[in-house]
Amino acid sequence: MVDLSIDFAGIKSPNPFWLASAPPTNSGYQIQKAFDQGWGGAVWKTVGAPVLNVCNRYGTMDYKGSKIIGLNNVELISDRPIEINLREMRETKRLFPNNAVIASVMVESKKEAWQEIIKQIQDTGVDGFELNFGCPHGMSERGMGSAMGQVPEYTCMVTDWVMDVAEIPVIVKLTPNVTDIVHPARAAVKGRASAVSLINTINSIMGVDVDTFEIQPNVGGKGGHGGYAGPAVKPIALHLLSAIGADKEFAQAGIPISGMGGIETWRDAVQFMLLGSTSVQVCTAVMHWGFRIVEDMIEGMSNWMQDKGFERCSDFIGKSLPRISNFGDFDLGFQSVARIDHDKCIQCNLCYIACNDAAHQCIDLTSMQLSEKTLQNGRPWPVVREADCVGCDLCSRVCPVDDCIEMVEIDTGRPHISWNQLVAQKPEVLEWDKMEEYRKQANIVIH
Amino acid sequence: MAEHFKPVKYRAWEMSLEERFKEVYPPLTQREAEAEANRCLYCYDAPCMVACPTHIDIPTFIKKIGTGNVKGSARTILESNLMGATCARVCPVDVLCEGSCVLREEKPIAIGRLQRYATDYANEREIRFFEKGKPNGKKVAVIGAGPAGLSCAGELAKTGFDVTVFEKRTWAGGLSTYGIVVFREPVEVSLREVKMIQDLGVQVKCGVEIGKDIDFDEIMSEFDAVFVSIGLGRVPQMEIPGEDAEGVLDGLDFIEETKVDRLDKIDVGQRVCIIGAGNTAIDCATIARRLGSERVTMIYRRSEAEMPAYYFEYQFALKEGVSFMFLTQPIEVIKNARGQVEGLKCVRMDLGQPDASGRRSPVRVPDSEFVVPCDRVIKAIGQNKPKDFMDILAPLGVQQAKGYIAVDPATNRTGNQKIYAGGDCVRSFGEASTVMAVQDGKIAAKAIARELVSIEGENK
Repeated sequence: MVDLSIDFAGIKSPNPFWLASAPPTNSGYQIQKAFDQGWGGAVWKTVGAPVLNVCNRYGTMDYKGSKIIGLNNVELISDRPIEINLREMRETKRLFPNNAVIASVMVESKKEAWQEIIKQIQDTGVDGFELNFGCPHGMSERGMGSAMGQVPEYTCMVTDWVMDVAEIPVIVKLTPNVTDIVHPARAAVKGRASAVSLINTINSIMGVDVDTFEIQPNVGGKGGHGGYAGPAVKPIALHLLSAIGADKEFAQAGIPISGMGGIETWRDAVQFMLLGSTSVQVCTAVMHWGFRIVEDMIEGMSNWMQDKGFERCSDFIGKSLPRISNFGDFDLGFQSVARIDHDKCIQCNLCYIACNDAAHQCIDLTSMQLSEKTLQNGRPWPVVREADCVGCDLCSRVCPVDDCIEMVEIDTGRPHISWNQLVAQKPEVLEWDKMEEYRKQANIVIH
Repeated sequence: MAEHFKPVKYRAWEMSLEERFKEVYPPLTQREAEAEANRCLYCYDAPCMVACPTHIDIPTFIKKIGTGNVKGSARTILESNLMGATCARVCPVDVLCEGSCVLREEKPIAIGRLQRYATDYANEREIRFFEKGKPNGKKVAVIGAGPAGLSCAGELAKTGFDVTVFEKRTWAGGLSTYGIVVFREPVEVSLREVKMIQDLGVQVKCGVEIGKDIDFDEIMSEFDAVFVSIGLGRVPQMEIPGEDAEGVLDGLDFIEETKVDRLDKIDVGQRVCIIGAGNTAIDCATIARRLGSERVTMIYRRSEAEMPAYYFEYQFALKEGVSFMFLTQPIEVIKNARGQVEGLKCVRMDLGQPDASGRRSPVRVPDSEFVVPCDRVIKAIGQNKPKDFMDILAPLGVQQAKGYIAVDPATNRTGNQKIYAGGDCVRSFGEASTVMAVQDGKIAAKAIARELVSIEGENK
């Protein structure tokens, strides 16, 4: 048996799966139901300043029959009275003492306001706080949410105020709507945060109705930017996660990260954890399918850990982080070419047209008799001219058949050197004629 | 396999007669169509397109369904095949487009049903994509308003010809109107296609028979070219005793009844023997079942392996509870005292040496006669070749091939420079099908235009 439990900056959780602060954590009813079904923790929907919500609140990105590969919302923080939220937090913690209950907080940029609400919530017995510096719509226009997260000085200042009164761990939630997420992350560290979480939602307009010309989501004929989430944002989240994970200054602080952004399956969760997340948070997938998805997440991750020989989460958290590198440090001598397995090929020729129109024209359609069936249909086969293949990998990406096109590593005798090493050793290659000379010498042929 | 042998029970209280004669496959919903369209890989130089005799750009029309451009999808189809709505229903897709789909091993794209979705969308809304071309002063007569004739007429009208179609029946559409079983293609689908051709300025004169209402000579002198697409004749005689009995029907007449008459007026009998095992025979058998016959038996002198019906039609008949008697040859229709069918006397057959067609010839098994009791015998053993019309055409230099009209496959022109032909009446080899007929019409139209109108850089 594997042990999925985690210790997140002192917050104990039976597993790394937390509900993100969002509509699924709006009430005690929902969170208690989620805990019953196996969720390890929940970040309560942000409490704080008084708000009024609008209709409609969601827009979705659907793709070729799949619903909600992306979801955007213009819902605000909790619109329920603070007393009710506090009462339900207390009750939930009493009923589920072993699950992580974290209160998300957002108030206006005043020291007293922050410190007062922190003290008020702390009294309910919750396990930690998450400071909402990320909400990109509605609250940001009022100087809260991402308006704080986008200015590292504010992030640091408010975190500092909170830390003065907080007796439990404080997580700073970061917005992706910045040029370089490392700066607000460092600011959180500077403000003495116990942990960070990321990403909050991404600024977005979901779409325009081409019949009515309305914006999605449509609020009485008007629309505006909202927060984008769901499977489509996962690559962005993974990048931002790895960016702070790989930052030396951040790493020195040694504080944990709670990762989120498009997590729907155990596989997604494992990827976030391999890049440094100690806990993972989920929202869109639950909005789409309900709390029940956690059963597979728990089981899938346990099975995977068993297969890989990991006993506890800490055995693999951050395991892929050392592989995060920069373009300048990649090995220019690593060469691969595409090989098509003609026993698997179904002759759709998508690799051919992709290579021909959008890559380097090194796949030919060749008439050849490989088997009985070719004789019958007379259809040509895609064949890679390996000498001309630049190893871009586009063909295998468009191939609809599993393992039909393989990128095979080959040794062309090119020197194993990175760009950074090259320009350090031969700064003259920054001139085209010298570059040509170097290419000749290194046997690099450009078609 | 077991599933195929479980007969469908048609009980009036479960399914009304009308319901039984609705299209077997319901139309795809938008969601279904888009999901199926999105499954298409959008192959480059796709094999389905090559397999289609009319070379419809299938990946393109499917992609357009996926993007919600259903109108554009229909245009792509009809550009290559004006009878796209009929072909979507009657084409043997599993041996043509779908049979060549790169996903055929797992599950080919439902190209036929997607084509139906797009063409029905346009036809139901009477969306017109093509216009009558600028008049070029040339007149073409088309004899027979089946798929070949309509296709030829439509293509010619698009390029500016003045086209008149002569049709001896009450309605145009040929076998699409009269001969395709209604639960494969409702009459309206065919008539909507006729309307589309008429909207291109083609004159369709129904109820006009050549040699009776108008002489072929008259047509030859009045028109610059003639396209003959007369189809084939009635089901031939079996030349067995008792064939004149009351209750012996021509299969095509029987199908026609279900297309043009009230279904509840048709008296099909309780025990029906169908003679033949082609697609028309299958249609007759399944209609009889759906009309309420308890026992429908198909009688075929060769074995299962040689039966000419499409495999999917055969499977459909089995599902519908039709029984098959292979290697069985009818030798006499038994009549009762009032001259009505009472049974069919048959003899067992065995397969001998291969004949000219390569199929093993059936040989009688001695002393194996037996009688299948029945009250109807429906003949569906092919159609007569166009002999009467050949008699008209032969003096004009038109050659024949095995009784069919002989044409040059590149132009569909006959031995007479002015006369072109297409459709079932020229199908001396290969399998007769709607899609081949449509392509004949296209080829002929192109050839006629090349012949009669000077086209860019080529004066003839």
